[in-house]
Amino acid sequence: MRRQIFNAIVVALFGVIFAGIVCAYDERQFLRPLAEFYVTQTPLELGLPNIVTGILITWRGFDTLGEVAVLFMVAASVGLLLRPAPAPTGQLLARPPARSSGEIVETGAATLLPLIFLFGAYVIANGHLSAGGGFQGGAIVASGVVLLLLARPLTTLPLGALAITESLAGVLYVSLGLLGVFFAGGFLDSRFLPAGEFGAFVSAGAIPAISILLGVKVGAELSVIVDRFRA
Amino acid sequence: MDFPVSHLALAVGFGLVLIGLWGLLSHRNILRIIISFSLVDTGIHIVLVATGYVTGATAPILDDTMGPGEAALNAVDPIPSALVVTAIVIGFSVTAIMLAYAIRLYKAKGTLSIDAFTESKW
Repeated sequence: MRRQIFNAIVVALFGVIFAGIVCAYDERQFLRPLAEFYVTQTPLELGLPNIVTGILITWRGFDTLGEVAVLFMVAASVGLLLRPAPAPTGQLLARPPARSSGEIVETGAATLLPLIFLFGAYVIANGHLSAGGGFQGGAIVASGVVLLLLARPLTTLPLGALAITESLAGVLYVSLGLLGVFFAGGFLDSRFLPAGEFGAFVSAGAIPAISILLGVKVGAELSVIVDRFRA
Repeated sequence: MDFPVSHLALAVGFGLVLIGLWGLLSHRNILRIIISFSLVDTGIHIVLVATGYVTGATAPILDDTMGPGEAALNAVDPIPSALVVTAIVIGFSVTAIMLAYAIRLYKAKGTLSIDAFTESKW
């Protein structure tokens, strides 16, 4: 009881702070100078309609590289934390047979999985033209993998192939960044390929390629992380 | 008076943060604490995105109806959106690590109640 009163006081005090922030907030009427630079220069310099993708992949590409590194570290440390305990020999087959996940989930997965993967690929490939990009599409693909694992609990993912795919995508991503050092303005600069026609599917320099590599990498990485939790 | 988009989104985001805080403080089950962390996370994402809103503006994606010239006047601030994409991925990573630790703690003590783990309590 005392603890609940204490908790209520703490939450109420935070509520007062937040209410003060909300009441004092003035909605923006125009863009900050930095945002205005991004909004006006992204279409001109990168030939890219989606400004958020431009910020993520080119202007702030280094942050994205760091983010990919964080994901990689998470996959590695989850694997370390959840590595199966060395079971005594003969115990390996002692797992109880998994229950069937039910008619609805199985049929639903069979119907929806191709669509989910297709949608993920669409979101990845259209990241430079409309809302989407590598991270978002990769997450959609991984959510399809979650559905697959729910519907068929005995599925074994090709973990080796996923690891190789993911490492290759990472290496290619950094190599594209290095190409930017030699042929354009700096590391992860996407302008070493021609900008092409504004709004066309193949346009905006190396951004679609980087986006696809990111999507492959994130999709594979998240699938591996999810798979680790089954052990 | 226009519809107060920013204030509504800010209030919703801060509300989620408060619910998450309450959950953090009052629940003893580690899984529920992790869910509360996710709520705080999501609330902060909504707050961040809300601060990028510009009155009457639309998504910062150029198309036929919004050419490069008008974008500076009609687009919302793209920087918070880009930051939140990063923050979502980091939030996912933190949640994954927390869940992995929860599994390890369960294996160690056979319970998920935070009251069972008193070794590092001062």
